[in-house]
Amino acid sequence: MSTTAVHTPAADDAVSASASASAQAARRRDDYAIQPAVDVIEDAQGITLYADLPGVPREQLQLRVDNDRLIIEGDIQLDLPDGLKAGHVEVSRQFYRRAFALGKELDADQIAAELTHGVLRVRIPKAAHAQPRRIEVRLS
Amino acid sequence: MSRPLFARELFNDLDRFQREMSSLFEFSAGRATARGGYPALNVGLSPEAVEVYAFAPGLDPATVGVDLDRGVLSLSGERVSPLTAKPSEAAAPQADAAAQATASADKTLVHQRERFAGKFRRVVSLPDDIDPEQVSASYKDGVLRVTVKRRPAPQPRRIDIH
Repeated sequence: MSTTAVHTPAADDAVSASASASAQAARRRDDYAIQPAVDVIEDAQGITLYADLPGVPREQLQLRVDNDRLIIEGDIQLDLPDGLKAGHVEVSRQFYRRAFALGKELDADQIAAELTHGVLRVRIPKAAHAQPRRIEVRLS
Repeated sequence: MSRPLFARELFNDLDRFQREMSSLFEFSAGRATARGGYPALNVGLSPEAVEVYAFAPGLDPATVGVDLDRGVLSLSGERVSPLTAKPSEAAAPQADAAAQATASADKTLVHQRERFAGKFRRVVSLPDDIDPEQVSASYKDGVLRVTVKRRPAPQPRRIDIH
């Protein structure tokens, strides 16, 4: 569980409280999340998604598929020396979150992902039935 | 697990303000690059050093320019988009060979194009007490961190009157 000062109390409550409180906590987390910029490219074999997640180490990245939704979450971890005071701040939130609806023609079981220099690359192939096929025509 | 990014208490109000804004401007709300452009910058100050964190994902650190000239730090470079790169580059070394072989022949369809691409340059004015001889830079998880040491504050001294 993340420990951002702002949302920790709500997230902790959610563990024991009712489902609605938990949903509220999730919404609250959403409110504070950075929506990462993405490029999404489709080709004949599938979809490639690139997401900018600077500051997220591999172990803080969560990529999951839930109900035909692809959910990207990642916590930013920076090395901050003790006694550092904020001067100029453009990134004030600590985690990223973005969700995408996956079409039926995509094969969610075949997702491949990698994180390089803060860029997440996700490859989702189309299901076999959705891929273009060349039909061989035979002359009789 | 992790400490808040920067002193949060200073920015809570700003966050609330941003959330209120986000209902008005849904599209740009919360985008990492909504303010300032690429790369987004955080600057922290300690008595010993000035720390600049540039959120600059997807760069080859060897091609990033970090220059310090008369108290102004500038960061410059170029980021190549997979969308504008030549097909052979777009397929990227990590793409599997089969996809690479067919991708260049296929038509591709761009659904979303939000990530920064092209040349960038950002500058930061540093405090007067920095030591330009003591600068270090590192690149980790897409964040470029530049540390510039500060000179110790001069000790107060008494001037004798002759």
